[in-house]
Amino acid sequence: MSLPIERTPDVLAPLLARIPYARFLGFSLEGTPDHLVGRMAFTEGHIGNARARALHGGTLGAMMELTATCQLLTLPEIQRVPKIINITVEYLRGANTADVLARAEIIRHGRRLANVRVVAWQDDETRPVAAANTHYLLAV
Amino acid sequence: MNPLRDLDPSKGQRFFVETVPHSVALGLQFVASGNGWVQLALPWREDLVGDPDSGVVHGGVITTLVDACCGSAVLTALPELQRIVTLDLRIDYLRPAAQGQRLRCRAECYRLTRQVAFVRAVVDDGDEADPVATSAATFMVLHQDRSVIRPGATEAAS
Repeated sequence: MSLPIERTPDVLAPLLARIPYARFLGFSLEGTPDHLVGRMAFTEGHIGNARARALHGGTLGAMMELTATCQLLTLPEIQRVPKIINITVEYLRGANTADVLARAEIIRHGRRLANVRVVAWQDDETRPVAAANTHYLLAV
Repeated sequence: MNPLRDLDPSKGQRFFVETVPHSVALGLQFVASGNGWVQLALPWREDLVGDPDSGVVHGGVITTLVDACCGSAVLTALPELQRIVTLDLRIDYLRPAAQGQRLRCRAECYRLTRQVAFVRAVVDDGDEADPVATSAATFMVLHQDRSVIRPGATEAAS
């Protein structure tokens, strides 16, 4: 995918719309280029534990990975979609039947590698439901 | 007695997949299980693709397959069926999965204490010798006695 010059949430939206899995998850972007916020819309299909009405942990990992990737795409020097090397997902609280929001912070990036930390929450940003640490290859 | 130990394979799809709405939405398939291990599969589907140019499924799909498979493996290892929650899950993406190929995950609970289960998993797309991803995960076992529950841990795929 060729990347636009400007990387605001509005500019990245058509790019996301081309990713079938982002649509499947109901993932969208808000916020500003410096502080993107990823949103995963709740659907019954995201539930992992029917009895506890809790979201599947995999959906949290997936939406945090999408948020991290999008935050890297806001870097003007990035010309290709970065490739994920690994992700560590930490589950902090039960996630219930509501949208999930996430914010990613690029801890460090050089020419080849980036480390991005993501935090996800539901109604209260100070009470995260999950966090993730990711590594990406930028130039391949 | 845990009914998932020595489970009749004909019941695997019902116990490990159909009870989990998101596993159904993804199209997960039960393959096989034993005491402490489970194999699940995920057929390639267009709406799971993360890179429209190559047709490779998104990493998040693999995360979900691994989480579901690891949680299932823990459930088969428990002496009594208990609720479990994922503490953490690390995935190394070794290479992109080939377009159109069914993914398979095998997860093994290799250590189980009263409160914590340790699991490792491998994902391939047809060739066991050439995996797509490897993973390590830990789960908390929630006993009826709520005093041992870590406050606020998230739900596992159970």
